[in-house]
Amino acid sequence: MLELRIAGCDFGQPVLGEVFATIARGDRICLLGPSGIGKTTLLNAIAGLDKSVPDEAVIGREKLRVGYLFQEHRLLPWRTLDANLRLVGANTDEAERLLGQVGLSGYGHYLPDQLSLGMARRAALARCLAVKPDLLLLDEPFASLDPVMAGELKALIAGILDSRPEMAMICVTHDGGDAEILANRLWYLDGKPARLQWDDSVGEPGLVDVLLGRLRGLDLTGS
Amino acid sequence: MKGRAGRPPLWSYWVVLPSFVLLWGLIAWLLQSPLLPTPLNVLDTLIRESATGELWHHLGATLGRVVVAFSLAMIIGTAIGIVMGRSQTTNALFDPLLVLLLNLPALVTIILMYVWFGLVEVAAVMAVVINKVPNVAVTVREGARSLDYRLEEMATVYEFTRRQRLREVWVPQLFPYLMAATRGGLALIWKIVLVVELLGRSSGVGFQLHMAFQVFDVAAILAYSLAFITVVQLIELAILQPLERRSSRWRQPEAAHA
Repeated sequence: MLELRIAGCDFGQPVLGEVFATIARGDRICLLGPSGIGKTTLLNAIAGLDKSVPDEAVIGREKLRVGYLFQEHRLLPWRTLDANLRLVGANTDEAERLLGQVGLSGYGHYLPDQLSLGMARRAALARCLAVKPDLLLLDEPFASLDPVMAGELKALIAGILDSRPEMAMICVTHDGGDAEILANRLWYLDGKPARLQWDDSVGEPGLVDVLLGRLRGLDLTGS
Repeated sequence: MKGRAGRPPLWSYWVVLPSFVLLWGLIAWLLQSPLLPTPLNVLDTLIRESATGELWHHLGATLGRVVVAFSLAMIIGTAIGIVMGRSQTTNALFDPLLVLLLNLPALVTIILMYVWFGLVEVAAVMAVVINKVPNVAVTVREGARSLDYRLEEMATVYEFTRRQRLREVWVPQLFPYLMAATRGGLALIWKIVLVVELLGRSSGVGFQLHMAFQVFDVAAILAYSLAFITVVQLIELAILQPLERRSSRWRQPEAAHA
């Protein structure tokens, strides 16, 4: 449904090199790689936020609805959660239902800055779902959460993925453990400029083995 | 609200202002000069002018010019400011002109407008607008430069319409700047409008002050000034402050758990 042909574009700061890949319905991709290698840049390119990436580089995007969970909640701080969800197309009932789905029942009239970090992130996730996305982009969804909150959010996202088998997902993470729970496909971004070093589509049982094997075989000391 | 931090308690107004009037009355009573009427004389004039309808006619004329000039200046200045804040090219093109206009004395603009277009209403309002637009543009430009790119990206991903982007993303962020432009703007525009009226209109507070000046009618000058100050304060209390309170309701400094 989506085809990436980002062919060694000059991004001003040469972060990404050639990235060729296709994304199909139901793909759950975990995008791994060292910090600062350009994982968020790739996510932004896919979302159409990187103006240096020509539109032709990401084929099929205009037909897709995209939900993007940024690292910050990026809800409008002057609007209630309910209004934030309605702004992207949900009606009042849907907004209430989605907030319930992420564990924020009855918080519709709260302002984003009245919430804790974890709650705000879940509210932002509800907004992602409010657009009925074909493609869900998650940028380090578990970063800076305590282990309990991170675990809850992980379970929540896994549940959402289960209930929407048609939706594709790309999740940027540092943690192989996230991939184990969420992914059926792994991307590993590395190098200078960065390329996809592996793109493994694996059935459920095989994924962890592949991941562990790859990580073992990888020279993680750099160079 | 931050703007109020430096404001003294309300009772000081009720002590200082009456004391001032008392002192003024005392001096006027001692001097017994037509050049310094007593507060009662001024009140008398105020009541008389108000009864004949003169006061309302001229106050209304001034208010009308202020409203029209202010609205035009805000709309034009905001548009220019946003574009300048978002586009390097436009900024390079307009910034030198802004510097020129900002340093042009209001009096010069007024004279030129009257010379070029005649002593007509359009020239009067234009002169005020031209004086005010650069201030608004400079203030709003600062705001437009500080717009949060993260919310811009969010609005792009979620395909906000132009209208939504303006209403939901830009205006709330620009609000403090628009408010600053409004306050500065009203203060400036009131004063320029009076000069405009004094120089070339036959209605308005400025015109009445001019007439009173020619016959040294100090009571009338003070009466009109008083009426004028009252209207400006009413606008501040009835429009600006409620607007500011309403629009900063979402700021909740105590609410930050994160």
